[in-house]
Amino acid sequence: MTSDYNFAFLDENTKRMLRRALLKAVAIPGYQVPFGSREMPLPYGWGTGGIQLTAALLGPDDVLKVIDQGADDTTNAVNIRRFFARVTGVATTERTSEASVIQTRHRIPETPLREDQILVFQVPEPEPLRTLEPREAETRTLHALADYGLMHVKLYEDIAQYGHIATSYDYPVLVDGRFLTSPSPIPKFDNPKLDRSPALMLFGAGREKRLYAIPPYTHVESLAFDDHPFEIQRWEQQCQLCGSGDSYLDEVVTDDRGSRLFVCSDTDYCGQRRAEPAA
Amino acid sequence: MSALLQVRGLSHHYGQRVGCQDVSFDLHPGELLCIVGESGSGKSTLLKTVAAQLTASSGSVRYHQRDDSWLDLNELDEAGRRRLAREEWGFVTQNPRDGLRLNVSAGANVAERLMAKGMRNYGQLRAIAKGWLERVEIDPARVDDAPTSFSGGMQQRLQIARTLVTQPRLVFMDEPTAGLDVSVQARILDLLRRLVNELGLAAVMVTHDLAVARLLAARTMVMQGGRVVETGLTDQILDDPQHPYTQLLVSSVLTT
Repeated sequence: MTSDYNFAFLDENTKRMLRRALLKAVAIPGYQVPFGSREMPLPYGWGTGGIQLTAALLGPDDVLKVIDQGADDTTNAVNIRRFFARVTGVATTERTSEASVIQTRHRIPETPLREDQILVFQVPEPEPLRTLEPREAETRTLHALADYGLMHVKLYEDIAQYGHIATSYDYPVLVDGRFLTSPSPIPKFDNPKLDRSPALMLFGAGREKRLYAIPPYTHVESLAFDDHPFEIQRWEQQCQLCGSGDSYLDEVVTDDRGSRLFVCSDTDYCGQRRAEPAA
Repeated sequence: MSALLQVRGLSHHYGQRVGCQDVSFDLHPGELLCIVGESGSGKSTLLKTVAAQLTASSGSVRYHQRDDSWLDLNELDEAGRRRLAREEWGFVTQNPRDGLRLNVSAGANVAERLMAKGMRNYGQLRAIAKGWLERVEIDPARVDDAPTSFSGGMQQRLQIARTLVTQPRLVFMDEPTAGLDVSVQARILDLLRRLVNELGLAAVMVTHDLAVARLLAARTMVMQGGRVVETGLTDQILDDPQHPYTQLLVSSVLTT
């Protein structure tokens, strides 16, 4: 740890403000708590919300993992991991099972999480109703009155246009039967992992200055119609590196003649499976 | 028969200016009341105040609920007001683009209020939406088209379908036919008269067009400067106006 920064970059008062907001968020699952978002040394949209939450959570004994679209080795993940290694001196890891705090963008790890782990999401747009209702005062009123018919208008539009619910990421959920919540742009493949998760899930939107939480073992329901139930993506392929048939696959174009490769988006999960001898 | 809506001494002021002043009337189930007057006479203000979209400066509006109890709209909280507006009432605006959701299809527009009430069966929603498009004389094949691709008259009919789909007991209409050409107006008025009769709903309609009042309303209120100057049966008011302003209004209609 260098002496140029306070531990975890943010000053203690800011971290205190964030922790108070986080406590409130945990107390009201799915409710968007406003907080005084600070300037961070990376642009909005790169995870300023997640990075502030992580800064408020980290202690010297924590082990941090940062993933971006499931991968530990992309620019966003590498930079944030290096940032925290530098300003806190905490240990970092790429192994999901070894981490105590996991900051993530757009994925939930395939490896099941435990009660002693915290997942921090980077959220670009915390308001699930925003595309349908641009007025902030109005969306807040809708949340206050639990008046969520509007969200089904969007799902209706999907079915009318595509024949099925085409929303495939940032799929709206109802948390604890009360608050309509954006799960951040995770694929809907990961939505079932939100339901009654043993790990605490925290969501930070830096530009929008909102944070919210899904506490452990909270019921999270993905919205749907009676005759068009919620479904996750499926692939005909298996991961061509580790052979997994039940993880979220990325399609990688390998040349300009139409060759493509399907691989796990979760690099740690894929790597572990390849390291283990096939059992 | 008991009234559906009781308005007593209702006023709304915009600061020092008078929107509407000391208006009282009763509306009975199945009745269509027209409010006529020139622009700026307080018609729309009165309508919005009665519909609880504006807060009354003084006076009261009471609504007779299905369970036979009276609801005082001054004492209604925001949640109750929205429930009423969603489930018991409808509001048709002059400009259909204000009342429609333009970025979603016609079908979603019609089905929105049903989804807000908790209906969660896509097939059913769609069937009802198509049925209503047919009732307002829009080709059901256009259920997935955007309202922006509709003509002005079709948009207005779509707004009417969207409003009536939950079978409200009371509908407020703010000049629903203004800004449409005469033949389209006639179709919409015809449609409204038919639907009002079929569904047995009560309606308050604001218009500056006396012909609309003549065609649709049994009773008419004439407003000037925020006050009601004359009220009575439509035919009586139009054929034998008593108040000088009403006389002026009636005599200024162009006849061909």
